[in-house]
Amino acid sequence: MNSKRYVARSTAIAARVLGDETMVMSAVSSTLFTLDEVATVIWESADGVTPLEDIVADKICTKFDVAPEVALRDAEKLVEGLAEHGLVVLADKPITESKISHGENR
Amino acid sequence: MPGVMTAAQRTDVVVEIGGVPIRLRSGNPAFIRLVQDRYAGYVSSSDEASFDFEIELTQPDTEADDGHLRVTWDSGRWLMRRGDFRAELNPSTARGWIQQTVNPYALDSVLRIVHTLLLARKGGFLIHSASAIRNGRAFLFSGVSGAGKTTMARLAPPDAALLTDEISYVTLQDGQYTAIGTPFFGELARVGENLRAPIECVYLLAKGIENKIEPVVGADAVRGLLGNILFFAQEPESVKLVFDAAVEFVKRVPIRRLTFVPDARVWELIV
Repeated sequence: MNSKRYVARSTAIAARVLGDETMVMSAVSSTLFTLDEVATVIWESADGVTPLEDIVADKICTKFDVAPEVALRDAEKLVEGLAEHGLVVLADKPITESKISHGENR
Repeated sequence: MPGVMTAAQRTDVVVEIGGVPIRLRSGNPAFIRLVQDRYAGYVSSSDEASFDFEIELTQPDTEADDGHLRVTWDSGRWLMRRGDFRAELNPSTARGWIQQTVNPYALDSVLRIVHTLLLARKGGFLIHSASAIRNGRAFLFSGVSGAGKTTMARLAPPDAALLTDEISYVTLQDGQYTAIGTPFFGELARVGENLRAPIECVYLLAKGIENKIEPVVGADAVRGLLGNILFFAQEPESVKLVFDAAVEFVKRVPIRRLTFVPDARVWELIV
């Protein structure tokens, strides 16, 4: 069974980097979110085609002092939270642009 | 004298806020006189206008009379609706109409909405704040209702020109953020002076037991600013524009928290 998860930034958002943080605003709910340095790395890597576990292994574990299983668990929690607010799209297959623009999650 | 319309007969008036002249027409000259009085200091002496609105005076819309404002974008037009007005603006023709009760507050609301929509496309915004010019620079005092906007306006020293005690007009001109006076007032019940100046600083207001100023930076500054920026349209593109405007503003204009005791000494810090 393929348990890989893919994450893509929604198009219904506005995001800007300020220092080490990223501010993301939902264009649908006008809600504002602030991502810390680690979350920003995941956010910037959320291209829809790189599996989350690869993002964690290549971008998080190499940069931050954290155990891979802990980092992956935290990353999954983060992206699920972002998905709940419509900021990202999650899927078990690479995500196409049409799914991103329609905000489909599965 | 032929060809000259007396003030008593006028059926239109051009109200210019933020350098944007908007013509308001009504078949009711008494209402136009009301508008002229309400926007004294902002009535243009020129007949030139960038936008034209036809006003029809109506009874309150009981079906929509829940006080809830709806601003939507549909087929190239902005649609605005609340219990005391309905309005439409077609940006491509620069024309629109307003159906409203005789209460000028309805027109005030439409003008605020229209200016937020226009400003968003130019990197500017309307913000809940008092503002004043001192020594050639504008200072904004921002906060929600009760934060102290009108208090700061009342305490302003004689050398400060008051732009508003309620809604400040922020525009980006020649790469510089500028505050412009508005006729939108709060408890002070007085239109602001129709002046402009580069913005020196935005103070986020908080009442306290001592006067002090602290810097607010990064995400906190954007959050503080966005919490006070007026934007009515929920259409995603507009939300993005306002967000981008707030971030750009914070990068270039200092945001500070002003904790103050409500007496005149607070203005000693505003220099």
